[in-house]
Amino acid sequence: MPIIEVNALRKSYGGRLVVDEVGFGVEEGEIFGILGPNGAGKTTTVECVEGLRVPDSGTVRVAGLDPVADRHRVTRLLGAQLQESELQPKLTVREALELYSAFYPEPADWRRLAERLGLDTHLTRRFAKLSGGQKQRLSIALALIGNPRVVVLDELTTGLDPRARRDTWRLIEEVRASGVTVLLVTHFMEEAQRLCDRVAVIDKGRVVALDTPAGLIGRSSGSTVISFTPSEPLQDTGALARLPGAVSVSVDERDGRVTVHGDDDTADAVISLLAARRVTARHLRVLETTLDDAFLDLTEQDA
Amino acid sequence: MTATLSATGQARRPAAAVLRTEIRLFLREPGALFWVMVFPTVLLTVLGLIPSFREDQEDLGGRSVIDLYVPVAVLLAMIMAGLQAMPPVLTAYRERGILRRMSTTPVRPSALLTAQIVLHGAASLCSAALVLAVGRGAFGVRLPGQIPGYALSLVLAVACVLALGATVCALSRTSRIATAVGSVAYLVMMFTAGVWVPVQTMPGLLRRIVECTPLGAASQALDQAARGDWPGWSHLAVVVVWTAVLGAASTRLFRWE
Ligand SMILES: Nc1ncnc2c1ncn2[C@@H]1O[C@H](COP(=O)(O)OP(=O)(O)OP(=O)(O)O)[C@@H](O)[C@H]1O
Ligand SMILES: [Mg+2]
Repeated sequence: MPIIEVNALRKSYGGRLVVDEVGFGVEEGEIFGILGPNGAGKTTTVECVEGLRVPDSGTVRVAGLDPVADRHRVTRLLGAQLQESELQPKLTVREALELYSAFYPEPADWRRLAERLGLDTHLTRRFAKLSGGQKQRLSIALALIGNPRVVVLDELTTGLDPRARRDTWRLIEEVRASGVTVLLVTHFMEEAQRLCDRVAVIDKGRVVALDTPAGLIGRSSGSTVISFTPSEPLQDTGALARLPGAVSVSVDERDGRVTVHGDDDTADAVISLLAARRVTARHLRVLETTLDDAFLDLTEQDA
Repeated sequence: MTATLSATGQARRPAAAVLRTEIRLFLREPGALFWVMVFPTVLLTVLGLIPSFREDQEDLGGRSVIDLYVPVAVLLAMIMAGLQAMPPVLTAYRERGILRRMSTTPVRPSALLTAQIVLHGAASLCSAALVLAVGRGAFGVRLPGQIPGYALSLVLAVACVLALGATVCALSRTSRIATAVGSVAYLVMMFTAGVWVPVQTMPGLLRRIVECTPLGAASQALDQAARGDWPGWSHLAVVVVWTAVLGAASTRLFRWE
């Protein structure tokens, strides 16, 4: 049975529907991602899971509990990092960690968390004096401080530098390895690809895709991109377009660079074709399309 | 070792941890500290330095102006804490999402409100004690004659001012509005507490109107207890009714986000 269940969730603000029949289930120990453009309804959805917003209709269950009706029990097993939240401006990092530790029956060791998140050198700094990324790290620490069974992270690594981002990913992987379920909202495809077992793409309040990251990428046609600059202009690009698996061919008018979307077979065929015609492919690149491309594909259709 | 253990043991108690944190934060606000803890005593001292204010006067029933200003300064401490200091803090906690963040934890955000109320109540009582001590030590103002009556009046007055402050928070959507509304309420409360004209020297009709306000009634109750009488039940009742009405209103109207 999924530890988080969201069914036919609807929520509107002033008559405007922002979450429309959203449904998904997250299995225990899974890292589940939610992707989607700005204003798609991601925060609204996860805040219904956290019990901060009350759904208009539909059901939400966390470990079988209703986050609104059983608020108190849900708060003990769910840790949350909100997209926007602050602490008392003059509260120091250490005081915040100690205070939030005191809220939970069996808190994690805050010193270790602070160390893992690179906060141990800023323990005496006041919240108002922290940089954006430091505030973000503190917010992650506070989400994990109660040893939760489920953590909901809304834009986990926004504002973090590349190293801090990777450190945070490793921390989340460790947390999951200890059996914690993670529900994660993100705008970083690399993050989703690296961390998530499955992702839901939400657009305009609806789930438009729910799959593994690899599944989402494979779903977009032309998932291999071959590009090169031919040593002499190609007379007919039609031959390329007819190659097995080829989806599209385009030629850049400025430098004559050719881009072919297709699959692995297409890549082999392009090379053979060029060899047969004694054309050299300069600056040849063969790339997988990324989750980025898949995301753009999925969310631009009805833009 | 034992001390460390009991310290962490206590930290585990969420309400105590919240209160301790809020006290620490209050001590980091020099402005609030000055207006709540120091200013009422400074005002009393300034008035007390005027020689004629220390002389007993026939038309004040044989008491001096400074006698009348001790309860005023005591009430002023409460007004500073409840109406000047507390509302902007609480509304900022709401605006910045601090209450919301806390409501995702097992501790309800009401623990934060309770801590703020307890803290400001305690601060104003400390300030009141300082006023009484300086009044007695520096200007020979007699300590209250009816101590239980005085204590009761003090506690009821604090509760009432804090309920008023909580109502200001409940009615104000932003901390800027809270500061503005708080300031208006603050001027009205200063007047009714007798900061400009002590309630006891107000002309008949005005005094009767002011006695129906929370601080006007509290001022009379404190003055009576200071003179050694049990404070009039009607004054105490006025304070209690206001506290009940404002307390209920603020609980009902308070918005967490
Ligand atoms: N409290 C609110 N009152 C009114 N409208 C709201 C409220 N919260 C969100 N909305 C609206 O609901 C829509 C979805 O908001 P939400 O915050 O869920 O988006 P999101 O997917 O998290 O976006 P982002 O990626 O920018 O964080 C937006 O159009 C937003 O304007
Ligand atoms: Mg959001």
